[in-house]
Amino acid sequence: MRKLTDLTIATARDGLAKGDFSAVELTDAHIAAMTAARGLNAFITETPDLARARAAESDQRRAAANSAGPMDGIPIAVKDLFCTEGVLTTAGSHILDGFVPTYESTVSQNLRDAGAVMLGKTNMDEFAMGSANITSYYGNVINPWKGKDGKDLVPGGSSGGSAAAVSARLALGATGTDTGGSIRQPASFSGIVGLKPTYGRCSRWGTVAFASSLDQAGPMTRTVRDAAIMLGAMAGHDARDSTSAPIGVPDFEAALSGDIKGLKVGIPKEYRMDGMNPEIEALWAKGIDMMKQAGADIVDVSLPNTQHALPTYYIIAPAEASANLARYDGVRYGLRVPGGSLDEMYANTRSEGFGDEVKRRVLMGTYVLSAGFYDAYYRKAQRVRKLIADDFTKAFEAVDVLLTPTAPSEAFAIGEKMDDPVAMYLNDVFTVPASLAGLPGISVPTGLSGNGLPLGLQLLGKPFDEETVLRAAHVLESAAGFDTNPGREG
Amino acid sequence: MSLDKDTVKNIANLARIKIADDDLGHLAGELSAILDWVEQLNSVDTDGVEPLASVVDVTLPLRADAVTDGGCRDQVLANAPDSEDGFFAVPKVVE
Repeated sequence: MRKLTDLTIATARDGLAKGDFSAVELTDAHIAAMTAARGLNAFITETPDLARARAAESDQRRAAANSAGPMDGIPIAVKDLFCTEGVLTTAGSHILDGFVPTYESTVSQNLRDAGAVMLGKTNMDEFAMGSANITSYYGNVINPWKGKDGKDLVPGGSSGGSAAAVSARLALGATGTDTGGSIRQPASFSGIVGLKPTYGRCSRWGTVAFASSLDQAGPMTRTVRDAAIMLGAMAGHDARDSTSAPIGVPDFEAALSGDIKGLKVGIPKEYRMDGMNPEIEALWAKGIDMMKQAGADIVDVSLPNTQHALPTYYIIAPAEASANLARYDGVRYGLRVPGGSLDEMYANTRSEGFGDEVKRRVLMGTYVLSAGFYDAYYRKAQRVRKLIADDFTKAFEAVDVLLTPTAPSEAFAIGEKMDDPVAMYLNDVFTVPASLAGLPGISVPTGLSGNGLPLGLQLLGKPFDEETVLRAAHVLESAAGFDTNPGREG
Repeated sequence: MSLDKDTVKNIANLARIKIADDDLGHLAGELSAILDWVEQLNSVDTDGVEPLASVVDVTLPLRADAVTDGGCRDQVLANAPDSEDGFFAVPKVVE
């Protein structure tokens, strides 16, 4: 029999239904894997006792013929950005020291209600700000994959712990959040599937806020089918988030027909950039060919404002972050560093509690929102954002999905690109435009680099058309036949 | 645009983040580099373009004006670094 940790959400669901194993057995196998792989530093907090208790409840529900659905009894990891009732929630930051929420985020509550078993909280870039998981107060996460030189590589970020946990088979799936690429880029670096839904598909309530007009939760899994199943359990309208879309949740798995004959797949010419990594370009060409072979119509499209997306993002996201992070003041939760006055206490707490990248972004955000600069930077960026969103609207009049690379490179070594913030920001060059437009996107592991590392391709879709994105991704996944096992275990 | 140390000090004060004097120089350099990079947006013609604040184009929903929450003081205070008699406690602000 296969190891229980080698199952997917779909095959584990089927095995549980048939009684091949119990949810407790499935959970125990993953707890053992999580414990054995502590060297990856994928988890900030492990919750094995809670997991066993929830798995036992799942088995009882099943025994009473009262299963909560396809996620019932499935062991998952939860990014430490989601508030979890009674479980330490840090956002990867020193400033949330000891913060134990008395409530549960809507997304993690939805998963709990669906019977999913939380194994623990995963490591991440501090406040989700980063593309390499090197800004966490709790240390770097190590990518389960290694290149030929055997160096430790970053898993991508900010959802790096979730990506590493799913890739290394410590969990069948994990929640991530994506503000400018934080689900899709680590999925590409770690050889897994990462889906950022349409903005508004999943509630933001109870998720620690970074940039509220961009943040969106989504699933990270080893297959497209698993992403469809898990998204179904995470999504849904929530009255507590005014930007949550008041629409129903379709059966995403049912969309995986395997048929994309006649589907119009757009190839945006602006994504073919000067100095592009030839391996990425070759993989993209291969992906285009796979879609063509499967019967899709390939259509060249133009998104003329693509090059402006990153600078636009790096005005808007820090501006929103500086406002959102104003709440960390040493009064209501987390760290307090004493000072002679109230103001001094605030300043000391925030100085010691925030890491360098977070400080940089809060300062940048404060500056672009300050009197005299608001119109020149923030308003200007919002206007360019409109142009970028309009580009997509126009392109989607002619095509059903867009196919692009996910990231400009394979995973890099820990320590690289750390001294130059702008070089690090370029990691999100292919993911940020769709974030600004609020569109759904998925990264599908499609091939290996010459160095033996995973590379992903990205499919983008129309607002709230995750079904077509998933259908196309499923076909791409089948054609690519990528083996997601980094071969680290056993 | 190049930021000088005084400007960084002023922003840091607005953001209530204490920055050591020794750090102001390299921070000014880093922030200036980022600003130089984002200023490429100045080349984009945005005349007559409405700023996009949210990609959600639905009207913000209204709900009935009824109490839906509250009565959970202890939960609210549960994570406070310091609290007294049902209040958050902070350094003295009035002499």
